Amino acid sequence: MSPVSRGFRRKREAAPADRVPPGQYVTKDFPVLSAGPTPHTPLTQWSFSITGGSETKTWTWEEFRALPTEQVTTDIHCVTRWSKLDTMWEGVSLDVLLGAVEYDARYVLAFSDGGYTTNMPVADLLGGKAWVAYGYGGGPLGAEHGGPARLLVPHLYFWKSAKWVRGLRLREVDEPGFWENYGYHIYGDPWREQRYAGD
Amino acid sequence: MAGTAVRGRLSWQTATVGSVMDETARVRTLRLEVPDWFGPSAGQHRAGQHVDIRLTADDGYQAERAYSIASAPGEPLAITVERLDDGEVSPYLTEQVRTGDQLEVRGPIGGYFVWEPGSGSGGPLLLAAGGSGVVPLRAILRERSRTGNSVPVRLLYSSRSFQDVIYSSEFDSPPEGVKVIYTLTRSQPRMWQGYARRVDEQMLAEVAWPAADRPLAYVCGPTSFVESVAAGLVKLGYPAGRVKTERFGATGG
Repeated sequence: MSPVSRGFRRKREAAPADRVPPGQYVTKDFPVLSAGPTPHTPLTQWSFSITGGSETKTWTWEEFRALPTEQVTTDIHCVTRWSKLDTMWEGVSLDVLLGAVEYDARYVLAFSDGGYTTNMPVADLLGGKAWVAYGYGGGPLGAEHGGPARLLVPHLYFWKSAKWVRGLRLREVDEPGFWENYGYHIYGDPWREQRYAGD
Repeated sequence: MAGTAVRGRLSWQTATVGSVMDETARVRTLRLEVPDWFGPSAGQHRAGQHVDIRLTADDGYQAERAYSIASAPGEPLAITVERLDDGEVSPYLTEQVRTGDQLEVRGPIGGYFVWEPGSGSGGPLLLAAGGSGVVPLRAILRERSRTGNSVPVRLLYSSRSFQDVIYSSEFDSPPEGVKVIYTLTRSQPRMWQGYARRVDEQMLAEVAWPAADRPLAYVCGPTSFVESVAAGLVKLGYPAGRVKTERFGATGG
């Protein structure tokens, strides 16, 4: 039972409970959170790879942008407690990317420029639930928000949507990524408030 | 990975506000008494980490926010909070709360933006703070003093005005080996001789340790500040892996 903090009152309007997970509040801004400097990889040097399958599959930027794209409008939820509703993205479905590879693995470790990694089950990337997004709000995705391309896995806390993503390593075991190694939850479901290990 | 600290569940603990101290007109430091903070299962915090704070209204409504720890490990737990006028939690913590009030805390949280003796393998420390981003860096400075560490430190601290400088009494007489360099971006006292602009590449070139010294940098503040300082340091030759950043979004409170 939580103690009452004397004199504390709600100031924000109640968030719609079917849209906003517990403990989150709605923001109209798009805050930036990253552990280091923003990388700037030229598109001529950019590629996206999937390793750990029967063979490594790699797309150059041109090849990647030639893949079928989708427009996605979705809500995003950051573990630092902001949620942003109806964000508009453009990207390539992971169904397309993973569909180009043969594999048995059940997990992936996504990796990014700058050394960032994050892990999740393959199943969370399939079925129209995840994209590699290169567009945001009708324009290109800005570098501070993960451009040229970032993972978009909106049903998990947003640290799983790795900025500056460069590929996926298919894994037999669920290997913790960057924040997961620093005490954040291995799966990160916002609707179950899986913020930290053990939640 | 070095510094890995995955522990059991972080549970909420009741904290009693021990003392409140106004740092500036908008910023206040709260000392929090948490009975189990130093307990065997609590785990000592490390300089640079943060805690989650939870407030509960008498109708049961709850709000949680994260705040950087302002105290060094081994000191009584303290947080420093800046009031965001349209916020929900920070106005309460900076204006209403008083000694003896109760709230909840869980943590410590975060294992990357931390410093302890030995971090950086001997290179000097560059700390760069924008506004209340100075809070975790102050914890690092206090930890350096507490442990008798002698790593050379430069703190570049950007504030809107002289009146907005947090921890000014501590920074006015820094310990040996620590140099504090201010820049005041909006208004300056008469006769001010220091920097009076936003941090830019020229200022970094003048203030930051040369990359050849193998410095380790901690940069904390609003997004625009962190973006420009981190990019500037990379341009000066700092490897990206030696520039640790912590960003405060424009929202929250």
